[in-house]
Amino acid sequence: MDRREFVYHMRRWQKGSISRRQFLGVTGLGIATAVLAKAMPELVAPRAAYAGDLGDRVSLTTWPNYHDPKNFEDFTAKTGVNVEVNVFGSNEEMLAKLQAGGTGWDLFVPTNYTISTYKDLDLIEQLDLSLLPNYDPASIEKRFVAAGTIDGKTYAVSKDWGTTGYAVNTKKITEKMTSWKDFWDLAMGKYTGRGMVHDYQLTTIGNALKYYGYSFNSIDPKELADAEKLLLAAKPHLFAINSDYQPSMRNGDAWLTVCWTGDAKQMHKDLPEIEYVIGKEGGEIWSDFYAIPKGAPHRAAGYALADFLLTPAINAKEVLAHGYPSADARTNKLLPKELLEDPIMYPAAELLAPLEFGAAATLTNPARAEIMARFKSA
Amino acid sequence: MKRAALSPPPTERGPGEGPFYFSIFMTKTTASEQADRRSRWVTTLLLAPSAFWYLALLVAPLAVVVVFSFGERAAAGGYQAAFTIANYLNLPARAAAFRNTLVLAPLGTIVCLLAAYPLAYYLAIKSSPRIRLFLLILVIVPFWTSFLIRTYAWMFILGGRGLPSVIEWLGLGEVRLINTPLSVLIGMVYGYLPLMVFPIFVSLERLDKRLIEAAADLGSNPWRSFLQVTLPLSAPGVITGCMLVFILLMGEYLIPQLLGGGKVFFIGNALVDLFLQSRNWPFGSAVAMSLVIIMLATVTIYLRVTRRYGAGRDVSLL
Repeated sequence: MDRREFVYHMRRWQKGSISRRQFLGVTGLGIATAVLAKAMPELVAPRAAYAGDLGDRVSLTTWPNYHDPKNFEDFTAKTGVNVEVNVFGSNEEMLAKLQAGGTGWDLFVPTNYTISTYKDLDLIEQLDLSLLPNYDPASIEKRFVAAGTIDGKTYAVSKDWGTTGYAVNTKKITEKMTSWKDFWDLAMGKYTGRGMVHDYQLTTIGNALKYYGYSFNSIDPKELADAEKLLLAAKPHLFAINSDYQPSMRNGDAWLTVCWTGDAKQMHKDLPEIEYVIGKEGGEIWSDFYAIPKGAPHRAAGYALADFLLTPAINAKEVLAHGYPSADARTNKLLPKELLEDPIMYPAAELLAPLEFGAAATLTNPARAEIMARFKSA
Repeated sequence: MKRAALSPPPTERGPGEGPFYFSIFMTKTTASEQADRRSRWVTTLLLAPSAFWYLALLVAPLAVVVVFSFGERAAAGGYQAAFTIANYLNLPARAAAFRNTLVLAPLGTIVCLLAAYPLAYYLAIKSSPRIRLFLLILVIVPFWTSFLIRTYAWMFILGGRGLPSVIEWLGLGEVRLINTPLSVLIGMVYGYLPLMVFPIFVSLERLDKRLIEAAADLGSNPWRSFLQVTLPLSAPGVITGCMLVFILLMGEYLIPQLLGGGKVFFIGNALVDLFLQSRNWPFGSAVAMSLVIIMLATVTIYLRVTRRYGAGRDVSLL
């Protein structure tokens, strides 16, 4: 087996059904999964072009099923920098790691509502936009530029955006589901043992709040108490509390789950009976960003990777792989028309209207953190 | 810590026990004094690395945990200096995690013991030497693969398309295994069985087989010989194995996480949550301290009780 073939097989293994996504998502440890290139750097000879400036590796911290691995290979081929990918399950976990310090991350993917906290805690740096020539704020939807900008300074640049609804296996569940009330009632009733919720305070508590019609972002003690009551009542009926729900949905153990846009898109592509519902009461709309942590050991390479992934042609490939819509008009021009009209990726305006962006207060609110922890350990 | 508690006390070299060649050249008292001093030096040097290890990596962090457990959660999470016992008063909020751990860890230990003893007995007493080596290797082989991967495999075996589908196909009804206490128990027994097999195997292998023959000669039936000869003599292995497995199970995190689906929560999982999700270090420290105290108490009582059976004195780890 020559080098190329070995790399090919290794890649296939990485993309196989027991993928690192399941592995790391489920354990929630956020253990680094070293990409082949990192484990055996000598396999990929550094190219001269950038090697001198950028070093030989960059550490990216991101979410499950969130990139096209081929793009990382291309980046390595172009720059000689090997990409090490860490996969996390919640923003809270990312924050905990950054607060503890010494992460070694060069680039990471925080969600809109966390950015102001990272800035206040002095954990991310103000971006040097001259190092991101492929980022063009003018071509990006304004609201997604705004979330990364604080006092006119850019701290994070838009990666993509999406919604949090739920996925339903319509072969098993014949009821027409349209709301969060439907979700919780059926998960606790007729379909006991088949529902899943995220291991993530924002969406799990937020969508329990939606059951009562409260704000997704509520930190009101009385409303949170109601949400906790619902969660504790639902817990014995749930199949699992896990942000890595694709395997259980795909093999038929779980029939309905709280779900993000891209996961719904990926599952629907393979199993058309899995459909995506946005609760009519509302819920979450979010956007993810690239940001550079303070003291990144390979800072220049972090910028180079972000810039590479934001290049419209590369970003279009990313979108095709992960199924989350991009906010960049230049990228969207390169995508097939049916993708831009996909109802999972681009829900109808009346469904989008009541959705809320996560609020910064939920990230640090001790009551929400404790309710989630109590729900899990109940 | 458990090693320290288990190992026999270091034997002090008494006066006059120094290497005898000193006494050839010197008067007896000086020689033994010097030898004494020298041996003390050697002892100190030999113990220094482990003492450093123990102090820097166990005692010091534990002290930090104690201090943290009386603190407060900072606004954005983490630790903020304070002195409050609120964290300890809040412990009942994790009652379910404590209950799961305190029920499933001992249960897992007992099932491990029941499964391991016959195997160890067969290996040590019944099997021929050649088969024995082969079987011992089979017991060790799983260790060549990461524990994480092996536990992950059980997710598929216990998942809807694994064992339950076979059970259903056999017409035994619909069952659910994954994400139940039973699946966690299965995972624990699978994962820790070898740690139980080896100590028991060693103590059974060292057993003088002539004692069993003697019992038979004296008219004892096999069952009675087992109860009155073999079992008591294998007690040290049983005691060691149970302790090893129990201590590890009490701190288990991975198995409940993967096979419990976030529904069967151990203290270990509650701790990870408190430190890595809700970032409540002080409460996490209080939970961790409670676990340490529970473990210390249980292990102490366990050793007291088992010593009565004449085995506590020479408990060895392997």
